[in-house]
Amino acid sequence: MSIEVLKKLGKKLINDIQKNENPSLDVPIRTLSNITYDPKTKLIKLGNKTAKRYLFNVAHIKKFVQTIETAAISKELIEVNKHLNLREVYYKMRRTIPDTNINIVDEQEETNKAIEDLELITGLSREQLHFNADRNGFAAGNIIIKDRGHIIDWSKMGSGGWAIPSNVEEIEFKKVDAKFIIYIEKAATWERLNEDRVWEKLNCVIICSKGQATRGIRRLLQRLNLEHNLPVYVLVDLDPWGIYIYSVLKFGSISLAHISESLTIPGAKYLGLTPDDVEKYGLKRHIEKYKDVDLKRLEEVSNYEWFKHDKRWQLFFSKMRELKGKVEIAALTERGISFISDSYLVEKIKNKDWIE
Amino acid sequence: MPTDASEELSKKLREISVAEFFEKNRHLLGFDNPAKAILTVVKEAVDNSLDACEQARILPEIRIVIKEARKNFRILDTSGAEIAQLVLEDGNAELRLGDNIIKPIEKKEGKNEIIYLFSYENLNYKFKIIKKENEELYEFVRGKTELKILKLPQDRYKIIVEDNGPGIVKEHVPRVFGKLLYGSKFAGGMQSRGQQGIGISASLLYAQLTTGKPAKIYSRTSPSKPTYYCEIRIDTTKNEPIILDEKFIKDGFRDHGVTIELEIEGKMISGSHSVDEYIYQTTISNPYATIIYEKPDSTKLIFKRTVEELPPLPKPIKPHPHGVELGVFERMLKLTDSRTISGFLTNEFSRIGSGTADQLCKLANIKPNTKPKELNHIQIERLWKIMQTFNFMKPPTDCLSPIGEENFISGLKRKYKADFYAATTREPFVYRGNPFQIEVCMAYGGSLPQNESAKILRFANRVPLIYQASSCAITKAIQKIDWKHYGIDMQNNLPFGPIVIAVHMASVWIPYTSESKEAIDPYPVILKEIKLALQDCARKIQRYIAGKRRREEASQRIGLFEKYIPEVAHSIAYLSEEDEKKIKESLEKMLKKSDILKNIQEESD
Repeated sequence: MSIEVLKKLGKKLINDIQKNENPSLDVPIRTLSNITYDPKTKLIKLGNKTAKRYLFNVAHIKKFVQTIETAAISKELIEVNKHLNLREVYYKMRRTIPDTNINIVDEQEETNKAIEDLELITGLSREQLHFNADRNGFAAGNIIIKDRGHIIDWSKMGSGGWAIPSNVEEIEFKKVDAKFIIYIEKAATWERLNEDRVWEKLNCVIICSKGQATRGIRRLLQRLNLEHNLPVYVLVDLDPWGIYIYSVLKFGSISLAHISESLTIPGAKYLGLTPDDVEKYGLKRHIEKYKDVDLKRLEEVSNYEWFKHDKRWQLFFSKMRELKGKVEIAALTERGISFISDSYLVEKIKNKDWIE
Repeated sequence: MPTDASEELSKKLREISVAEFFEKNRHLLGFDNPAKAILTVVKEAVDNSLDACEQARILPEIRIVIKEARKNFRILDTSGAEIAQLVLEDGNAELRLGDNIIKPIEKKEGKNEIIYLFSYENLNYKFKIIKKENEELYEFVRGKTELKILKLPQDRYKIIVEDNGPGIVKEHVPRVFGKLLYGSKFAGGMQSRGQQGIGISASLLYAQLTTGKPAKIYSRTSPSKPTYYCEIRIDTTKNEPIILDEKFIKDGFRDHGVTIELEIEGKMISGSHSVDEYIYQTTISNPYATIIYEKPDSTKLIFKRTVEELPPLPKPIKPHPHGVELGVFERMLKLTDSRTISGFLTNEFSRIGSGTADQLCKLANIKPNTKPKELNHIQIERLWKIMQTFNFMKPPTDCLSPIGEENFISGLKRKYKADFYAATTREPFVYRGNPFQIEVCMAYGGSLPQNESAKILRFANRVPLIYQASSCAITKAIQKIDWKHYGIDMQNNLPFGPIVIAVHMASVWIPYTSESKEAIDPYPVILKEIKLALQDCARKIQRYIAGKRRREEASQRIGLFEKYIPEVAHSIAYLSEEDEKKIKESLEKMLKKSDILKNIQEESD
């Protein structure tokens, strides 16, 4: 029971106080230094390094207070069976300590981090703690689901698609006709594919999350992959950021390494542009020169443990370096309005021209 | 061959006595101006008293009195024109109308007032002094009209310095005070305040030159003997004392000691060059001395001793061969009683035994049994040169009497109320054959001024150095240090902020920059030793400042923690379902416990 875990956390602090010890929380470290990649499971795992976060420590006190306050809010939410969006949690905590100029939180980023820390400390997921993230993804395709008692047919969602909630645990898949999923980085590309009714032509599902996939979408993709054996193809731009979107879906992320198992799709396939595609489709003049941040990120990504020893990916990265710039998937529009739907995707999937 | 004229001139030169020379060059001895003169007189007398007490192993008690010797007034009529002058001296009043000097016809003394009545050319004048607690008021009436009376700035002071020393036997008194270059200290070889035996006689000379008044001296050597009293002047051409009056007094004097009373032209000033400052500083470098100071405005300051033990008496030493100058060496050869050069070297110098003496003679190609007076100038110079380069043992250092770290701090506490004190006494060192020792004492924080330059106190053989700060080795050494390195602010090359820096040099022979003994010559070795002592002491201050900063940060932290406690207590109470008030109290209690704080500091460092 989530509530018991939170109560236990409170008792632990009481215990510290009774023993006259500086009250502290053990927070697992969420940086690359505490991340291991398991080549067998192909998952990014969190190591067991933890950091003590003390109440009576100038450098820690603010985060300490934020963390236990989110815990208290979570306990309250579970008790009354309500959920709060991350934005709402921020507003609930946003206040100034009376007679001081100390704010409990200054930015939402702080409450978001505090909640992530709380997940690590308690071993409970954000959903179990009754916190929701913003929904910012949508889906369309040959699938019928049941959500809060309503039957929803993803093939009858019009131009907007079905908005994916942050918590997808309660969703029931009623009828799954689709044979695979295309996850799309850019909303514009999703709209192109939706207008072209690609999901109908190729009998699939198209899902978009505007950039990095949220947890809800990752979980949704994983469930479809696991429960209905739908392969997941990832359609992203040719740049280090796009590659990393694919990387997170497939191997997991550094900040959520503790829940990699419930979020990753080890079989995900890269269907984005490749350096060879740039040549093949004559997109050279659309190369946008790398900025310093791009180059730095490219080096980081290519050095991640899970890419470092993969010869195919290393060749890919070195070709990316040779290109000296990035190419967006939208550049394909040059070949024709529906070139991506009619030719690119069809050919790639038919020829199994993806990277795993 | 000298010409007749030059022989004549040198004869004349020899006839000018030392006293006469100093009469014409009084600035060399610290009598440049009235303000400095008053300080020099006090300083010479006090130095002598302290030296005498120390040598006789008596804990010094010294009383210094400065009185206005003569008061001058101007009497103005209603138009503001001066109609008369009035002089008040030793309780006697004198009215000066034009060239006429009028004595009072009557003096009436009341409880709090004195009235002088004058009469001149059928007019009556009344001068009234009204005594109040800390001041005097004056009234002047001509006939029935009250006139304006103005007190002129004081120009003459009576200085009395009284000690509880061993006293001086009657036979020596006139010469000690009335003959320049006379005194026991002149023999040298021991660390003491005075060095040349001119200071106090020069003060007598100055009094004589400016007021014409003789010195009054009281001396008593034991309770079983009467006090010897004399009034003396100096015959400046002969450099001999003239006794104007002498007698024995039976009662009314302490068991033993000397009192000297001088009347001089002077000016009392305030600030860093004042008599007050000299006395404050003297109390710092002599914590075992009780000093009573009565100021002209009759305020009485008593500085009780804070240390009940005299410093050990420094041992006299013979000169070290490295320190001796050629001229002095020649004179020593002429004056010695030794019959052989070998005997002369072993008897007159430290660190020369008979073996070393023979070795020196051999090196100088002189037979050890040569009579000292038979050496010619070339031989003398050769021997002297060999002595300067010969590797002797360093001079003994028991001839030095440092103040000591503890006593220096105790001294500094007499004047400065600070949060922290530190002191460093270096090991003795040698410059040109002379042993010396440097000590530094510092005070920091507390009531010391935040926005002023550091207070720098300079001492040589426990004597405060008041003038010529900028040319002194101590100031130069302080300027050479990067004080910021020790957490101390700087301005114009000098430390700045709530800090007092006191430096003491003890030596048998302090190299002063001039005869008036105001600044230490910055020899490189001396500079280096002072610098090392300053740095060592500054490190102690630095540690304190760092600790203080840490403590301040800690208290800021506690302030921060206190503000968060109610928030934390609320959350923990909700989570644990325990009593919020209890949690809040426990957390507050935790903050108050020092051991918790210590852990907190370690964790956040």
